[in-house]
Amino acid sequence: MITMKGICKSYKVAKRNAGFKEACKALFHREHELIHALKDVSFTIDDGEMVGYIGPNGAGKSSTIKILSGILAPDSGMCEVDGRIPWKCRKEHVREIGVVFGQRSQLWWDIPVIDSFELLKEIYSVSTPSYNQKLEELTELLQLSEILRTPTRQLSLGQRMRCEIAASLLHSPRLLFLDEPTIGLDAVSKLAVRDFIKRLNEEHKTTVLLTTHDMQDIEAIANRVILIGKGQVLLDGSLDDMKRAAMTSGDDMSEDSKNLDLIVADLYHNLNIL
Amino acid sequence: MKSIRLYFKYVSAVLTSTMQYKLSFLLMCIGRFIVAFSGFIGISFLFSGFAGIKNYSYGEVLLCFSIVQAAFSLSECLFSGFKGFSGLVKRGDFDRMLLRPRSLILQVIGSRFELGRIGPLLTAGITLIVGIRTCELHLNIMRIITLILMILGGMVLFSALFLLGATINFFSIEDGGIINVLTYGGKDHGKYPIDIYGEGLKKFCTFLIPYTLFQYYPLQYLLGKTDNSMYAFFPLGTVVFLVLCYAFWRFGVRNYKSCGN
Repeated sequence: MITMKGICKSYKVAKRNAGFKEACKALFHREHELIHALKDVSFTIDDGEMVGYIGPNGAGKSSTIKILSGILAPDSGMCEVDGRIPWKCRKEHVREIGVVFGQRSQLWWDIPVIDSFELLKEIYSVSTPSYNQKLEELTELLQLSEILRTPTRQLSLGQRMRCEIAASLLHSPRLLFLDEPTIGLDAVSKLAVRDFIKRLNEEHKTTVLLTTHDMQDIEAIANRVILIGKGQVLLDGSLDDMKRAAMTSGDDMSEDSKNLDLIVADLYHNLNIL
Repeated sequence: MKSIRLYFKYVSAVLTSTMQYKLSFLLMCIGRFIVAFSGFIGISFLFSGFAGIKNYSYGEVLLCFSIVQAAFSLSECLFSGFKGFSGLVKRGDFDRMLLRPRSLILQVIGSRFELGRIGPLLTAGITLIVGIRTCELHLNIMRIITLILMILGGMVLFSALFLLGATINFFSIEDGGIINVLTYGGKDHGKYPIDIYGEGLKKFCTFLIPYTLFQYYPLQYLLGKTDNSMYAFFPLGTVVFLVLCYAFWRFGVRNYKSCGN
C-alpha cells in the first residue's frame, strides 16, 4: 500500500541569538542552517497493517506524515501510496486517506459538530445514504450522540478527539494517519480511542499509521513498530523486537518488570538519537 | 456547479459562527460604516472650499469614490480569506486544506466571509446616488454597463491583489504588509481619478498595477469626457492581471513549506 524509498527532506532554518540587538542584526544578515529532517527513509506498509511510528521529538515523524499525505514534497526519493504519488495528484490522493492531527482541529470552531460533518460530506462529495450509514456507525462506536449538537469550542479534549476521528473517517478512507491522537487525553478517552482504532482495522481493514509518544498506544494497537531517529529508520519490527534491541544494547535491562517508557527511553539513549 | 454549492455551504457555516457573537457583528457593521462614510464626508468638506480638483467636479469625484468603494468592499467581502492568509498558514489550517479534495482557492475563500462589509457597501450605494444626482448624469444603457464593468473590474483587481498578498506568505512566513499599500492604499487614493496624481503615477497605475483600467479610463467615458466607447470595456483587462497573480499563486503552492506541528 505504502512504499517509501530513499526519501530525503531538509529545511532551511534561520538562526539568531537572543535579544533585540541580535534581532536587528538579523534583519540585514541572516544565518541559515540546513536541518535534515529525513535522511534516506525507506519502508513499505501492506494493506491492513497497523504500524506504530515512534521516535523522539524532532525525529521526523510529522515530516513523514506530511509527505505521505501530500502536504509536502520531498527533496529526493520515491514515495507511492496505492500507486499514487501523494504530492503530485493531491485531490485523488486525499480522497482515499484520513488524517488526524492530535494537536490541531479540523472541525469548525463555532458551529455544532454535526454541521462540521455536513460540510465535510459536501467537501468529499459523499452520497447521502453512505454518509448516513457511516455517521450512524461512528456515532454508535464513538458515542457521539450526546455531543453532536455542541459547538466544537465547548467540547472537552476527549470529546473533541472522538469527533476529530469521526470527521476523518466520514468519507471511508482506506488509509488513516493518526498523529498523536491520544495526546492529553484521560485514561477513559484513551482506551476508547484505542478500542475504536482496533475495531476499525478489524472491520474495515483500514490501514493505520500512528505516531505517538505513549508506548501503551503502541502496545495496544500496533502490530509493527518503526523507530525513527534523527531522520533515519533505526528499527523496523514487532514490539518484542524493539524490547530485545533495548536489552542487547543496554547494560542491565534484563528485568521484565521494567515498563515500556523506560525501555524506550533507554533505547533512545543507546541509539544516541536524542 | 458543485463548487458553488460548496461555497454557499462554507458561507452559511461562517455566518452561523458570526451570528454567535451578535453584538460584535453589529458593532463591526456600524464601525465599518462610519469609517467608510467619513470618506464621503471628507470629500464633501473638501469641495465646500474648492469648486473642483483638476477638471473634476464634486459629483464626479463622488461617483469615482463610490465605484472604488463598492469594488473594494465587494472584493473584501468575498475574498477576505486571503487577507488573513498568513494566519491560515501559521495555524496550520492551510495544511488541512491541502488534505481536502477541493480547490485551494475555494477553501481559502470559504474560510472567511465578512458580512460586516455591508457597512461600506451602504456608503458606496449612498454616494453613488448622491454622485449621479449631483452631476446630473443621464443613465443610458451604455453608461449602466460601464458602471457595472467598473465595479466588477475593480473587484477583480483588488481580489488579484489579495491573492498576490497571500502568495507572498509562501516565500516568507510573515505578513505581506507591502501589499496593503496596494490594496488599502489603492482604495484610499483611488477615490480621486488617478490622473490628478500626475503622469508618473498614472503610468505606474496602468502598466504595473492596472488601477486605471477600471477607474480612470472608463470614468472618462462614463462622465462624457470622451466619446471613445472602447474605454467602457477597459475594466475587462483586469482579468489578465488576475490570471498572472493566479499563476504566481500556483507557483507559490508548489513551493509551500508547511510550518511545525
